[in-house]
Amino acid sequence: MPMSQTVTPSSSGLVVPPAGQAEDAVHIAIRNLEFFYGGNRALKSITVDMLRRQVTALIGPSGCGKSTLLRVLNRMYDLYPNQRATGEVLMDGENIIAPGLDLNQLRSRIGMVFQKPTPFPMSIGDNIAFGVKLHEKLSRSALDERIEWSLTRAALWDEVKDRLGGSAMGLSGGQQQRLCIARTIATRPEVILLDEPTSALDPISTLKIEELIDELKHEFTIAIVTHNMQQAGRCADRVALFYLGELVEVGTATQMFTAPREKRTQEYITGRFG
Amino acid sequence: MSASRALHRRRHVVNVIGLGLATLATLFGLIWLVWILGTTLYNGVSAISPHLFTQMTPPPGDSGGLLNAIVGSAIIIALGIVLGAPVGVMAGTFLAEYAHGRAFAEIVRFLNDILLSAPSIIIGLFVYTLAVRPVGHFSGWAGGVALAVVLLPVVVRTSDETMRLVPSALREAALALGAPKWRMVAQVIWPAARTGIVTGILLGIARISGETAPLLFTALNNQYWTANPANPMANIPVVIFQFALSPYDQWHQLAWAGALLMTVVVLVLSVGARAALRRRS
Repeated sequence: MPMSQTVTPSSSGLVVPPAGQAEDAVHIAIRNLEFFYGGNRALKSITVDMLRRQVTALIGPSGCGKSTLLRVLNRMYDLYPNQRATGEVLMDGENIIAPGLDLNQLRSRIGMVFQKPTPFPMSIGDNIAFGVKLHEKLSRSALDERIEWSLTRAALWDEVKDRLGGSAMGLSGGQQQRLCIARTIATRPEVILLDEPTSALDPISTLKIEELIDELKHEFTIAIVTHNMQQAGRCADRVALFYLGELVEVGTATQMFTAPREKRTQEYITGRFG
Repeated sequence: MSASRALHRRRHVVNVIGLGLATLATLFGLIWLVWILGTTLYNGVSAISPHLFTQMTPPPGDSGGLLNAIVGSAIIIALGIVLGAPVGVMAGTFLAEYAHGRAFAEIVRFLNDILLSAPSIIIGLFVYTLAVRPVGHFSGWAGGVALAVVLLPVVVRTSDETMRLVPSALREAALALGAPKWRMVAQVIWPAARTGIVTGILLGIARISGETAPLLFTALNNQYWTANPANPMANIPVVIFQFALSPYDQWHQLAWAGALLMTVVVLVLSVGARAALRRRS
């Protein structure tokens, strides 16, 4: 990836750790998190860490709270008046579910890719520029460079470089999803949340996105919700199993898939419930 | 086996009857449309002449055209659009994006629906007391205001509805990038709902183009040339109304010509704009 060397200014929001810093430093520490949809408690006293530049997969049967957890991390639940969270979510020590936090700034640090591709009704280039322009004032050429950089990182540049001005709605589903990933990394967040990003895609597109996740984790802390055990096994460094709003077990992918401590983990992974 | 054959035959018969009835109902509806269009075309085409666009409406027994009425209509409709469409789109945006889910929005929607089906003569009288009585004379301005009030609920409703059809995933995606709400609305929701919003405005324009009652009480009519909306203004619908009721053949001819003109303009406007929108999206 030659592009990444040409445009990664040190002034960006990207925190590059000094050499030798522990790879497993905690990036996001979730402490006693509870979440409510009205009177319904959807997350029950969750305590779990997300490690810097690692992929944490959130797995579990439908309705177990894993997507809810993602929506807490970028405060998406704030849109809906009857949803609320209690406890602490510490990102580098700062509680991001505290009231009064600047949500637009938080969301520039924590990007999210949704289950279904959500291209905006504008050109491919403008889709990327939309997010970048929200947070940075770039010259035209710097913006063009950023567009190329993010599309290259999302493994989409070669397919769209000749039609950046064309509508994003004309792309295939897999291309649209990679565009959404490019759009998310273009704002240079620290964390990327992926909510079942491949569930609407064909196997080839899925493979491309999984390869992409492998690349991206060198720069970003990633949390991915998935229903696909193989995907969790392929992509994740750490796996957290949720069931009925509770965290059942969290561990390294290897440990979770080969030597789970909990009986329920073993049962879920082997397909006996869920 | 035979029971299922009988069942299939029965379903086939019911299907044929149902399809036949539906087709008949469609034809029944279409007959009136074709009849109206055909009569307008037949009588209008024979009345079309170059004088239509160069001469003023004539006194009885004289020959003339519709120039003052065409220009008057264009000005009054333009006023109606300029006053009504932006307010309508903003109100629709408020309902769909800002007040959605609140009881207040439901009340406003309900009132808007009442305004939508309000008899236009009442709107005419309302604007008469508001903009004609205090000034002491009829005017193009008052006509524009009356048409804006007719246009408003159409635009509010269609823009509200099309914006609510935009998937909430798109809203969340924009906000998840750290966009403030107004940018999400202006740069993502409006473009996504553009086709519906523009179609709503066009439907509204088509509706106000033919309105007569609100103009009778506001712009009234003017036998002479004027492009100043402070004066009473000639306009096609009121001219048709006046000329069609008259006993003079030449006035009848002009009324047919005016009717054809209006029909063609509305048709070209909506078909053309829809085609243009489809090509762009």
